[in-house]
Amino acid sequence: MTFLWAFIVGGLICVIGQILLDVFKLTPAHVMSSFVVAGAVLDAFDLYDNLIEFAGGGATVPITSFGHSLLHGAMEQSNEHGIIGIAIGIFELTSAGIASAILFGFIVAVIFKPKG
Amino acid sequence: MEKQPMNEKNFDKARKSYQPKPPYVMNCIKAFIVGGLICVFGELLTQMYIHWFDFSEKNATNPTVATLILLSALATGFGVYDKLGQFAGAGSAVPVTGFANSITSAALEHKSEGLVLGVATNLFKLAGSVIVFGVVAAYILGIIRYLGKFIF
Repeated sequence: MTFLWAFIVGGLICVIGQILLDVFKLTPAHVMSSFVVAGAVLDAFDLYDNLIEFAGGGATVPITSFGHSLLHGAMEQSNEHGIIGIAIGIFELTSAGIASAILFGFIVAVIFKPKG
Repeated sequence: MEKQPMNEKNFDKARKSYQPKPPYVMNCIKAFIVGGLICVFGELLTQMYIHWFDFSEKNATNPTVATLILLSALATGFGVYDKLGQFAGAGSAVPVTGFANSITSAALEHKSEGLVLGVATNLFKLAGSVIVFGVVAAYILGIIRYLGKFIF
């Protein structure tokens, strides 16, 4: 059942992105930036966790979950360390994504030749 | 030949008539299907990491995202992901795979300028905005929520 909801929710998030691209003529970079901010805002109201519980991969795979994880890690550490904790924790949950994106992106760029 | 003087106002109008109207509905259907399938694949990976590799439900997102990024970087290297992007539009750009694609393709594009000034400098050329806006938004919201705890 989670798979079906992952498909529907993930698909719908992408449709919102497509509408922003086609109708509002935003660039992909603008869409991705808006989505990250939207994810952080949704997490600020504790809504994004409900979406993840409900849709699984449909909520964790889109880039909105990046904004959600940024704020989530920040809030977790700020419970322990106060206001400095926001800076300590902000990359805590996203570090796997950023580190692997840098590593794999670099390796692929070194090995492969640019196409087209 | 008489030409109307171009100013900022009628340039926008004149430009619009030359832009093809995108097939809105078809693009949305494509984005829905491809984006949905990528998310289903992500959910499949998450379940796999939970059941076979003993990750907790919360931690399983990390290896899932890493795997998706690896696959997407490889697909970009082989030139497959850009073809998918032409077909699916936002369906391939919005999932985290699109983030990895933007990093890898920016690095590949500038490879001829060398490893340091080309690849490493341009790695975050497109993805940087995502991280900057994400961190700024999360930081501000984090401070608001932190201060909000004392008020409420």
